[in-house]
Amino acid sequence: MPTVGLFIPCYVDQLYPHVGIATVELLEKCGVHVEFPTAQTCCGQPMANTGCTELAQPLAEKFLQVFAPYEYVVAPSGSCVAMVRHHYEEYFHGRPEYEALRKKTFELTEFLTDVLKIEKLPGRFPYRVGLHQSCHGLRELRLASSSEIVGKAFGKAEQLLKGLDGIELVKLARPDECCGFGGTFAVNEEAVSCMMGEDRIHDHEKAGTQVLTANDMSCLMHLEGLIRRQKKPIRVMHIAEILAGRPV
Amino acid sequence: MSETAAKQKKVDHPARAAEFIQDKERARWHDNTLWFVRAKRDKMAQSLPEWETLRECAAQIKANTMSRLADYLEEFEAKATKLGAKVHWAKDAAEHNEVVLSILQGHGVKRLVKSKSMLTEECHLNPFLERHGIEVIDTDLGERIVQLDNKPPSHIVLPAIHLKKEDIGQLFHEHLGTKEGATDPQYLAEAARQHLRDKFMQADAGLTGVNFAVAETGGFVICTNEGNADLGVSLPKLHIACMGIEKIIPRTKDLGVFLRLLARSATGQPITTYSSHFHGPREGGELHIVLVDNGRSKILGSDDFRRSLNCIRCGACMNTCPVYRRSGGYSYESTVPGPIGSILAPARDEKAYAALPSACSLCGSCTDVCPVKIDIHHQLLTWRREIAAHGNLAFSKRLSMQMATFVFRRTWLYTLAGKLGRFFGRWTPRFLIYNPLNKWGKQRDLPPFPKRSFREEFSRRKK
Repeated sequence: MPTVGLFIPCYVDQLYPHVGIATVELLEKCGVHVEFPTAQTCCGQPMANTGCTELAQPLAEKFLQVFAPYEYVVAPSGSCVAMVRHHYEEYFHGRPEYEALRKKTFELTEFLTDVLKIEKLPGRFPYRVGLHQSCHGLRELRLASSSEIVGKAFGKAEQLLKGLDGIELVKLARPDECCGFGGTFAVNEEAVSCMMGEDRIHDHEKAGTQVLTANDMSCLMHLEGLIRRQKKPIRVMHIAEILAGRPV
Repeated sequence: MSETAAKQKKVDHPARAAEFIQDKERARWHDNTLWFVRAKRDKMAQSLPEWETLRECAAQIKANTMSRLADYLEEFEAKATKLGAKVHWAKDAAEHNEVVLSILQGHGVKRLVKSKSMLTEECHLNPFLERHGIEVIDTDLGERIVQLDNKPPSHIVLPAIHLKKEDIGQLFHEHLGTKEGATDPQYLAEAARQHLRDKFMQADAGLTGVNFAVAETGGFVICTNEGNADLGVSLPKLHIACMGIEKIIPRTKDLGVFLRLLARSATGQPITTYSSHFHGPREGGELHIVLVDNGRSKILGSDDFRRSLNCIRCGACMNTCPVYRRSGGYSYESTVPGPIGSILAPARDEKAYAALPSACSLCGSCTDVCPVKIDIHHQLLTWRREIAAHGNLAFSKRLSMQMATFVFRRTWLYTLAGKLGRFFGRWTPRFLIYNPLNKWGKQRDLPPFPKRSFREEFSRRKK
């Protein structure tokens, strides 16, 4: 039985505990032993994305120390995994324990499809689902093909969702446009950020989305914030909740 | 806008963007118009199974070019001179403008027609020449429109993309005497055509940009859709071509890669309507080529930003950028706006353009769309690091990040802060949470604050 050191992004830990629990249950359902190292906090992405490299570095050191002992590290977030896999390079260039960490750190859906080789999960979800492609998962981790690149289309989250009974994935006019969250961008460029989010929601409304989902809760926090304010009848769920069989 | 004025002013992209978005309907129209161009690009790219190979070839040719740029430039100079052209070197915008002026004055030129050249925009050539009594007419339709409006282009390929046909009708009514309220594109285009025809006939000299200059031949290529470059240099005896030094490609056969990528990426056309090749002056004429550095050598010397010189100015990163589409070209206050402009502008003046690398959600679409594979969004991230390292990050932003790191380094403090935050989040009245300082909450709700964190739930579950 593979053992996973579960990495729960800080804002998920504090604001979306049910998404973390759904992740645990989903992994356990797939025969994984899940451990949660309680010393973990934040991967340092907000600091790094603001340009404060020297403030992100001690958090990267802490992350490496906390997760080094595990066979695998899994997180329900493409963005935080992209931070570890690509941007830690700057701090740990050439260090063998980092090389080991980057190779064993996975985003949840890619861990299911690429490591556990799961093609189909049991379950029923009879709703029209709109899958939002979170940018870092899409273009940093290549969890799906992006619309700019010419080549064979694929999608790891889409493949898992499609396996559920009764589900219908909606077709969007702009299949992978950014939602406008972007970390501090959401506050720094508030006007553009909110318009981007609104436009994504319009696209989902037109496509008939009942449940809006994504690999990253950060995009969903932004989109749900707009949806709730405007009282739109769209339910927002993290992909772990859907795959773990949570009711709507 | 003069160079010095641009240097003093700090660009406030978020404020300019918010202004643009105030007219929501117009911002939406701008977004859709550019998305339409992006979609056309996708269709064209998808029609070539070898698209990704072409991009890779282009990136490698450019990498090779930049690694030996000085050699290629000298080769080009020698070959172009042999063909009868006169080659000039300019280290910066001021020198470029002086060179152009002295050539024009040497020939007694009073009227100059120009085809599109972002380089001359970058050097602010038009106002300089006008100050010296030379009439300058931009002959690209979009550029002529913004010139009549006394504004710079808002996009490098589609200079007047921010204007609707009603705006253009009004401008033409004021400047070209068309009927008031006219919006018929055909009528307006015809009026511009007649107006420009006169200007072409009267011109004493033609100035063009350069899309690609070929080192092995000394020739160069200009791509237009309107044929205005050809018209502008066919009647007058004097042709001046201005180019940034990064426009060099080594071989003629490299054009087979770049011409295929350029028009498809720019406008979703298989090729531009006119790809005009120039090899030396035409009979009885004179050809001057001005090679301009203006900060490019500095970028070439930087391991982090060198690849930004690979840019072929197709504008695809602007068309795909979700921020550019919703904030408009003018919000960047830089000759080259959008993602690639946000790399180039701080290289010119880091303090003035410190906001641009953050006018980006790091979605990475620009990087995937770029025909020469510039890792645009990673370079923007690198700029943020440079800007912070040089002390050009706003104090409030740095302080909030310092505080966050202080907390995150101490797990006990993080869990305590989380607990307190959630407690107050649950019990603070709504109007206090959604106070005017809460930018998140202006248009968005916060999620409900749960009683227990994940780590608390997880430990309870184990028991």
